[in-house]
Amino acid sequence: MVKLDKLKDQSTKIKEGRTIGIRNLRYLFMSNIKQYTMLMALILIVIVFQYTTNGVLLRPINVSNLIQQNSYILIMAIGMLLVILTGNIDLSVGSVAGFVGAVSAVMIVQWKWGTVETIVISLVIGALIGAWQGFWIAYVRIPAFIVTLAGQLIFRGLTMVILKGMTLAPFTPGYTMMAAGFLPDFFGNDGLHLTTMVFGVITVLLMVVSDLNKRRQLRKHNFEMISMPLFIIKEVAIGVSIIWISYILAQYKGLPIVLILLGFLVVLFTFITQKTTIGRHIYAFGGNEKAAKLSGIKTSRVFFWVYVNMSVLAALAGIVFAGRLNAATPKAGGNFELDAIAACYIGGASASGGIGTVVGAIIGGLIMGILNNGMSIMSVSIDWQQAIKGFVLLAAVAFDVYSKRKTA
Amino acid sequence: MAEIILEMKSITKEFPGVKALNQVQLQVTKGEIHALVGENGAGKSTLMNVLSGVYPHGSYTGEIIYQGEECKFKNIRDSEHVGIVIIHQELALVPYMTIAENLFLGNERSNKGIIDWNATNGESVALLRKVGLQDNPSVRIKDIGVGKQQLVEIAKALAKEVKLLILDEPTAALNEEESQNLLKLLLELKKQGVTSIIISHKLNEIEQIADSITILRDGATIETLVRGFDDFTEERIIKGMVGREIVDRFPGRDNFVGDVALEVNNWSVYDTMDSKRHVIKNVNFNVREGEIVGIAGLMGAGRTELAMSLFGGAFGSNISGDMILKGKKLRLKSEADAMKVGIAYLTEDRKSAGLVLIDDIRHNITMGNHKKISKNYIIDEHKEVNVANEYRNKLNIRSSSIRQRTGNLSGGNQQKVVLSRWIYSDPEVLFLDEPTRGIDVGAKFEIYQIMNELVSQGKSIVMISSEMPELLGMCDRVYVMNEGRIIGEFNRYDATQENIMRCIMRDAGKDKSYGQTR
Repeated sequence: MVKLDKLKDQSTKIKEGRTIGIRNLRYLFMSNIKQYTMLMALILIVIVFQYTTNGVLLRPINVSNLIQQNSYILIMAIGMLLVILTGNIDLSVGSVAGFVGAVSAVMIVQWKWGTVETIVISLVIGALIGAWQGFWIAYVRIPAFIVTLAGQLIFRGLTMVILKGMTLAPFTPGYTMMAAGFLPDFFGNDGLHLTTMVFGVITVLLMVVSDLNKRRQLRKHNFEMISMPLFIIKEVAIGVSIIWISYILAQYKGLPIVLILLGFLVVLFTFITQKTTIGRHIYAFGGNEKAAKLSGIKTSRVFFWVYVNMSVLAALAGIVFAGRLNAATPKAGGNFELDAIAACYIGGASASGGIGTVVGAIIGGLIMGILNNGMSIMSVSIDWQQAIKGFVLLAAVAFDVYSKRKTA
Repeated sequence: MAEIILEMKSITKEFPGVKALNQVQLQVTKGEIHALVGENGAGKSTLMNVLSGVYPHGSYTGEIIYQGEECKFKNIRDSEHVGIVIIHQELALVPYMTIAENLFLGNERSNKGIIDWNATNGESVALLRKVGLQDNPSVRIKDIGVGKQQLVEIAKALAKEVKLLILDEPTAALNEEESQNLLKLLLELKKQGVTSIIISHKLNEIEQIADSITILRDGATIETLVRGFDDFTEERIIKGMVGREIVDRFPGRDNFVGDVALEVNNWSVYDTMDSKRHVIKNVNFNVREGEIVGIAGLMGAGRTELAMSLFGGAFGSNISGDMILKGKKLRLKSEADAMKVGIAYLTEDRKSAGLVLIDDIRHNITMGNHKKISKNYIIDEHKEVNVANEYRNKLNIRSSSIRQRTGNLSGGNQQKVVLSRWIYSDPEVLFLDEPTRGIDVGAKFEIYQIMNELVSQGKSIVMISSEMPELLGMCDRVYVMNEGRIIGEFNRYDATQENIMRCIMRDAGKDKSYGQTR
């Protein structure tokens, strides 16, 4: 008889639970190469543009603009990440955003509806569009590329039908609030926007508490983790950045409301993807659909809801975009889908599915956004901006492929 | 002493976190058939990938001396250039191209980039004759069987003027007759001066044709046995592979067989794609509590289709018949339904349908039962880690931790991960489809032990296997399937390899005589 105990000895010999200190930085870097490099690329881009724009980039008003300008792409990128996790794509989101913006303009401008019901109905329309596309994709199993390409044409066309080729404006202040508004200052201070600062500090505290908690978990299970000094460096670095950004924003009009919305979505979707069974099902679906199905995961249902979710977020982005523009135009949302997709890939998502994070997609989206903004300030022409963004996307994915081959 | 064609000295190859090869030595004499054996994960394939340049020079340490010269291959082309050709387990043929096109793929008979079809087809015929194939070279690859495809691969190697042929599990997908043909061909090539290295789990074949055998274990060379000098029996080889003598290949059990757990009556299934093709025809069978029931049959007999159709209709359309679990009639609409009532199915293809290879052991184990580790859809990671660790220890999954990606595990350990998933989902009736395919002797034994433990708890197992000894060694009863029907049932004492084969052959014969009226 084979002695199973003997075999067991071998497996326990493999050691676990080491901590990674500053000395092992190289290892740490190599094992998380994509996430760290993209974060560092982001920081590098900020530094470079800060220099080349003579400090305009990080001026309070520009930072505020930057956030509002990119918010709708980032909102879409979150939904797109889930789609890409399933190994698919959604080409219709730009048109859907434009369509929903147009519909809400009709409701507000022509029908004089209130803000809340307009937004709710708009999101419901988004969900219905998602259900329509999700039905064809998940249950009829027509390739998502084709269904959403059709969706792109359909909803672009319908946008023009609704607007009759014209621009509808203006919206009510309530409606534009979400996109262009700022958190009021409860302290009534004239100089620095104190509420924003308080908000920043609370965010940092919450982050530290949750990270400490996570660390305790890792220790409990004897998992690999970074050493205490490194942990402190990391927390301080992120904490200081958040407070610094709060400070910049506090010097202008304070915290943009859309940033709160975005922060909420990031936290919510990070939670959904990382901590819930639904998230697990999405990753499993993208990693190996057959295996997921044979494990009793209702794959078609997962697939369907991912597209419903995508269209709801596209609708939300459409509302934000229309609010920021304070108008609904027939061309609104053009090419948004490409920016959202690019954000996910730059942020480390895999085109074949199963790999990617919400935070990664946000970092990817910020890289694109700051490139846009920085180049605009430097008055690089729009055609060059496009080309450069193209190169960045290709370089990011090429780097991903390369580093994967290295570690394989 | 005979000339040495290849010498690999102190080859060490590391992957992140694992030393796959540790100072491996390999010496191959010119004109011999050299077998490379070892358990899964012992490093055989890695060693051959080093040799053929899949892992380029510099990614490993050590020396490769081939025909007296040190070689530093950067890629497969380099090694093919000097006559080393590797044939992988997964065949590298393009199904929609013809035999001739495949034979010269990447090595086209051409003139200034324009393909010379006369030379291509003419030489193809000659090459095919060499490997004993009479087929027309313009037939497409998808239209010939796996056995012939394997021979085409060898012909393809011959087209490259191979001197050293490496075959990775060449007979894994072949039946007895095809395997014998292939082995004969290897002996034929040997006469013509081709040296071969063959990796195989089928020790009887190795015993039959190898001139020497190198045994690897845990990434190191254990010994080399030479015909005429050393003992060449299966027992001797197994002893080298596992480092201990295996007295009994199948663990014994004293299980108490209880009442009928699952009963299937008049089960009939049509093909998913082609709803006119009758795949399962009025099948009746049952499995009792605490019982292991086997299903024997040739490839394509419908065994996998039967199991999958019972697993919530994962295969098939137009399914009819009754399924009674512990007295209750079932109506299952999906895999999830099946799991809810306690029926589970372990796929025969763990890589493409079993595991999420890019994800880790932990997530793969809990994948079948997220409910058990979550509350209000929120996953309790604590519990998940504990569960994963528990199964890793219980099933002895050899890995660096539960966070290791399953894609980096050896076949046996991968299988244990999938098995863990199903055990954790706590089924009453577990269908195991080829549970030990492509895994080594030691891991097989462990999986048998796990099966015994499950039935001792009163669970029922239906095992589909193409390895007859395994069915005979493990099952209380064996059903025999052919052409979508159950054609025989044997109890433990009557089931012999001869009886089962005779049963299939008789049915196949009958089939011919009534073939038209079916």
